[in-house]
Amino acid sequence: MCAVAKRQLLSPEEIGRTLHRLAHEIVEKSGGTGNLAFVGIRRRGVPLAQRLAGIIRESARADVPVGTVDITLYRDDLSTVGPQPVLHSTEIDFTVDERDLVVVDDVLYTGRTVRAAMNALFDLGRPKRVRLCVLVDRGHRELPIEAAFVGRVVETSDTETVEVHLREVDGEECVMLVSRIP
Amino acid sequence: MLLRLPHLLGVEGLTREQIAFILDQAKPFQEFQRHPLKKLATLRGKTVAIAFFESSTRTRISFTTAASRLGADTMALQAEASSLSKGESLLDTVRTLEAMRPDGIVIRHKSSGAPAFVAERLEIPVLNAGDGMHEHPTQALLDALTIRDRKGHLEGWNLTILGDIFHSRVARSNIHLLSKFGARITLCGPPMWVPRELEALAPGVRCTSCIEDALANADIVMVLRVQTERLHEPALAPGDYILRYQLNEKRLRLARPDALVLHPGPMIRGLEIDPAVADGPQSAVLEQVTNGLAVRMALLYHLVGSASADAPHPAKDRSNASD
Repeated sequence: MCAVAKRQLLSPEEIGRTLHRLAHEIVEKSGGTGNLAFVGIRRRGVPLAQRLAGIIRESARADVPVGTVDITLYRDDLSTVGPQPVLHSTEIDFTVDERDLVVVDDVLYTGRTVRAAMNALFDLGRPKRVRLCVLVDRGHRELPIEAAFVGRVVETSDTETVEVHLREVDGEECVMLVSRIP
Repeated sequence: MLLRLPHLLGVEGLTREQIAFILDQAKPFQEFQRHPLKKLATLRGKTVAIAFFESSTRTRISFTTAASRLGADTMALQAEASSLSKGESLLDTVRTLEAMRPDGIVIRHKSSGAPAFVAERLEIPVLNAGDGMHEHPTQALLDALTIRDRKGHLEGWNLTILGDIFHSRVARSNIHLLSKFGARITLCGPPMWVPRELEALAPGVRCTSCIEDALANADIVMVLRVQTERLHEPALAPGDYILRYQLNEKRLRLARPDALVLHPGPMIRGLEIDPAVADGPQSAVLEQVTNGLAVRMALLYHLVGSASADAPHPAKDRSNASD
């Protein structure tokens, strides 16, 4: 058995404020919303992308389309996994060709998930630009991938994980740093 | 839920949950068929042996394309060109294939039970692509996917199957599958092709040789190919078959107005099915073909893609609370 210690990194209010700041940053750095689209990575990137689009709808009175991408088929570790993971749908109802895409996920860690998401997107067409927005960047990258929009940078060790709980998926709202002490 | 299934040998042994899971897993692959770039790397480095001991075009192309779109390589064995014609036994042939280290094998064979025989003796997943008069599980699964898409769900439909039921593995697999979902199934054709014994296959099955009776209240009409070589067994002229059993527009009106028409192909227009019905709005024959690819991709992904259960799992500890 190992002990587990949890520390709250973001409260529900802080998550809300962070998303507002990220939404405004995205609009500002994109020079408007005309060509913009969000792609949420399943699962927790999806509600985050929808919330960002909701904030922009209220504040900038602009509709930014939201798609979802399931990266399972694009993972690079499938042959080493026991039973194959369950697949979910990729739902992108707009053309990605020439689009200014912002990929949204909860935690940026090794970068492998984002690599897989980009492969999935490029199978659908040729976006003009792809940027990444994450709620938490916890470091430990294994690929040359960085986020353009980051909610919170958190220094972590190998034995720690960052858990994001969102009300749409988990029924509660918080970001926790979880340490496992062997 | 995960598909804990080492092989796909038939539909009879599957649970409702397993069937529903396979159909759910086919969904992402249905969308995938609409992508401009139809090539994944998911099964890159894997090899699927496609061993067809009996001639086939569409099922073989469908499995080969499914494997290829997942990124796997295929090695094909065709009955005519193989050493089968030189007298090699089934077991020797598949052991030879296995020695080339494929990660899965798709088998079609004229003998019922051949895939199960092979599955007991090889270490790799075996997918049945049709065995004798026994089963053709991927056909029944793609039919079920088509039914679920067109009619919203699988529960409790009135299914009518027309044609040579006795010799048909497609019919048997469909009977097993849909009876698990409470279907009332009517089998109809010339009496020598619809023996009463078929009623013992599953609950809710009845046989009739009267097509008007069979079509009344049908929600789904499945038309089987008439194998003209079999018309001569007991003499039945094609003209007589058309007269008594062809699905035409007038007869289809006896079924429910929204009845779905399915045909596993290859279809002989003007014999078992009137072209007006085959091309009509109630027909889903081309959707069946596309859905066949999706179902086969889902099965190859889960059966061939899975490493053995005790394989190391380095990715598990690295995941960061994301799924």
